[in-house]
Amino acid sequence: MPQVTLTVNGKTSTVEVEGRTLLVELLREKLRLTGTHVGCDTSQCGACVVHVDGESVKACTMLALQANGSQITTIEGLAKPDGTLHPMQEAFREYHALQCGFCTPGMVMSAIDLVQKHPDGLSEKEIREGLEGNLCRCTGYHNIVKAIAAAQEVMHGRAQSLAPAAAE
Amino acid sequence: MNVVTPFEGIGASVKRKEDLRFLSGRGQYTDDINRPGQTYAAILRSPHAHARIASIDTAAASAMPGVVAVFTGADMPDLGGIPCGWQIHNKDGSPMAEPMHPVLAVGKARFVGDAVAVVIGETRAQARDAAEAIAVEYEPLPAVATTEAALAPGAPLVHDGVAGNLCYDWHIGDRAVNEAAFTKAAKVVELELVNNRLVPNAMEPRAAIGDFDRTTDEYTLYTTSQNPHVIRLLMGAFVLHIPEHKLRVVAPDVGGGFGSKIFHYAEEAIVTWAAGKIGRPVKWTAERTESFITDAHGRDHVTKARLALDADGKFLALHVHTLANMGAYLSTFATSVPTYLYATLLAGVYTTPTVYAEVKAVFTNTVPVDAYRGAGRPEATFLLERLVDVAAAETGIDRLEIRRRNFIPNDAFPYQTPVALQYDSGDYTATLEQALKTADWAGFEARRAEAKARGRLRGIGISTYIEACGIAPSAVVGSLGARAGLYEVGTIRVHPTGSVTVLTGTHSHGQGHETTLAQLVTDRLGVPLAQVDIVHGDTAKIPFGMGTYGSRSLAVGGSAMVKAMDKIVAKARRIAAHLMEASVEDVEFDRGTFRVAGTDKTKSWGEIALTAYVPHNYPIEELEPGLDETAFYDPKNFTYPGGCHICEVEIEPETGITTVINFTAVDDVGRVINPMIVEGQVQGGVAQGIGQALLESCVYDGEGQLVSASFMDYQMPRANDLPPVSVATHTTLCTHNPLGVKGCGEVGAIGSPPAVINAVVDALKEYGVRHIEMPATAAKIWGIINASRPAMAAE
Repeated sequence: MPQVTLTVNGKTSTVEVEGRTLLVELLREKLRLTGTHVGCDTSQCGACVVHVDGESVKACTMLALQANGSQITTIEGLAKPDGTLHPMQEAFREYHALQCGFCTPGMVMSAIDLVQKHPDGLSEKEIREGLEGNLCRCTGYHNIVKAIAAAQEVMHGRAQSLAPAAAE
Repeated sequence: MNVVTPFEGIGASVKRKEDLRFLSGRGQYTDDINRPGQTYAAILRSPHAHARIASIDTAAASAMPGVVAVFTGADMPDLGGIPCGWQIHNKDGSPMAEPMHPVLAVGKARFVGDAVAVVIGETRAQARDAAEAIAVEYEPLPAVATTEAALAPGAPLVHDGVAGNLCYDWHIGDRAVNEAAFTKAAKVVELELVNNRLVPNAMEPRAAIGDFDRTTDEYTLYTTSQNPHVIRLLMGAFVLHIPEHKLRVVAPDVGGGFGSKIFHYAEEAIVTWAAGKIGRPVKWTAERTESFITDAHGRDHVTKARLALDADGKFLALHVHTLANMGAYLSTFATSVPTYLYATLLAGVYTTPTVYAEVKAVFTNTVPVDAYRGAGRPEATFLLERLVDVAAAETGIDRLEIRRRNFIPNDAFPYQTPVALQYDSGDYTATLEQALKTADWAGFEARRAEAKARGRLRGIGISTYIEACGIAPSAVVGSLGARAGLYEVGTIRVHPTGSVTVLTGTHSHGQGHETTLAQLVTDRLGVPLAQVDIVHGDTAKIPFGMGTYGSRSLAVGGSAMVKAMDKIVAKARRIAAHLMEASVEDVEFDRGTFRVAGTDKTKSWGEIALTAYVPHNYPIEELEPGLDETAFYDPKNFTYPGGCHICEVEIEPETGITTVINFTAVDDVGRVINPMIVEGQVQGGVAQGIGQALLESCVYDGEGQLVSASFMDYQMPRANDLPPVSVATHTTLCTHNPLGVKGCGEVGAIGSPPAVINAVVDALKEYGVRHIEMPATAAKIWGIINASRPAMAAE
């Protein structure tokens, strides 16, 4: 079987995979990083979003072999080693932007990439449009939008802490 | 430990205890669990809606690499059918038709997705590959694909033994009284409508792992369930014949349910049974398309209704005739949804003196239909609130005025409806007025004019609704055909150092129980929130439980906890009285401190807890050591949340695209424990209601193929489809449970669809639209606008 070598959350692994093995299967079943979820089979729901070389990617739509040599960050790798949460994780908690938690890892990873790509900030409408690839069935998105609006201020250094959300 | 700061008790929007693990990827959903030696199940499903299974050849599949076993229905002769939990009786008193639902199809497949065979493989991929190598010879049969087609003369029979595909023909109300009232009407308004079929689509697909220990004969099932004890009862007693003490059911973190994970599904029985057969754990995880064709769907009603009014617009009588689709087999609670969870709500918030409803439930060659968020109550609300708007339009009475004229007044509670329920409390005028103010109803016509100037059609819609939840009094539901009691169980386990573990029979799959239920303990016992843990979802840990659905967790499960805490406090007061050498009657308890009334003699919570477990100085002759109490609570009545939803939309006439501009919900959910969580529940429910009204539709073609079986075909609401949702509460307390709570999980999905459709109809009023079916898609609306263009041009 072919081998793939990749670095996930700072740790490098070499794993045997089938040609058809998806990146998300490698993460969940070979590396036991089960924080990345699978919610559909048509690349629609975004529960499986991880960062591959800094870009958000639906891990159900990438072969494990395509990730050979890549740096990957999953939800498990976001917090600092001392447990300090990423501002986006913190904002989701603060604004009650999760309920069942199943879409949450993908939603957080997508949201971070979205904010990073828009250093000038996103309006409420732009946040909603930017979440086009992520489904949530619990929250109605209202609080997710608020959380991202608050987190972007911290991520861009415009605020020290999570202020009341701009997108109200 | 005596003082709780900051305030974390009832009414505090404390952040959720469960969030850290979900935000860190440390949740443990069923598919995240792996057992040593685990195998994987792949299920071969019927591609035909209706077919005779002439033969199944598993030889080639069995010989494929990594295949451990292949099973078909013929391998399971001793298994029982999947049971239905509620027996409805026909008008003539005879019981409903209840055909056998085999775990794997035997002889015939009855819907696309019906399980025909299962392959157990060393890997998921090997199991799937082998399932494709099973050769099934099908003889396709004509299928019944739609609700209305099921009763047509000569329609194909889904079950040979069920004449006319009729599951039951049921009614409620006094028909003679009802018909007499229609003869006195000044005006009768009629409406036919469809409640569209929906797919619940929790983001976590269903999954199940069966495990078997040969040395102890014990089975364990890990499953995506809202009610593990109910699954243990249904699967153990009826299907697999495993006694409760040899069957453990674990429902770990569950990624949303919305009703679809209440029911006992074939796959749970398959993996548990197969684990016993092969002596190794068996895991099955649904792919999304598999979820679409096997998760119980929701709603699917076709209804004709008549409302009689007097000359002043007072409702005199309501007559309802509904066809409800059961799908191919009876799912666990399917039969109760279009009867006791639907027709009993047809009085709504109005004083209509007589209501008569008849419901025919039919079998079709489609996925079973069962409870989906709201379950019956959204169907009743949609019908009523559309009918009231049509009545307003046809009598010329203002939409608000006709509602106000017919509201059950505040001094009428407890209010006995003509359809069995007795509402205990409510204030429909208050929720209406608050919503009108928040939504600036008075300023709407100016906004409509401004939109028109921009070429947009703007509309506003309202819904004033009630629902019944907190299910349910066991004796009442038992008399109506329920085959279970619907009480709840709570254990309060106080540890020697004073921290508390709560065991609850309810289950949290997004509702935030680990926080809300802990707040009840903090509020009552004064134990800080960080020292209270909620345990749910494991039959080996929790004495018993009926699970979470029907917005029952707080009203029933929370009340069980209160009852158990009453026992804890009573015992703790006796211990405190002993330590302080006072009489029990003189010992007061307030959030963590025991005090001899009128003195400064006190004992802390921690001292009493320690004494209970280190009973050196203890009334040991009269009192057992320990501080651990369990209570069963059976509710006295349903609870009746209600409120007012207002929706404002704009339609782009060139495309028919509807945009929800804003949405206002003012709900009476009784006492609010955690306002942040209540808001979140309502926002999520409203999102599903807007989805039903504008986007979502489950479509079968004439042959019974589900053509909307993926997220590419079934339009789930995305962030950009939804508006910000303004949520507020106005509280009247439930009068019959100790917390005064009513429930908030379903109100959003119940109240919102008619508010949206009423707004769309209002926006389209210049086109003479009287009603539009859900989902009111852009294509549908554009069609209406386009069709009326020549007529309008000619005017």
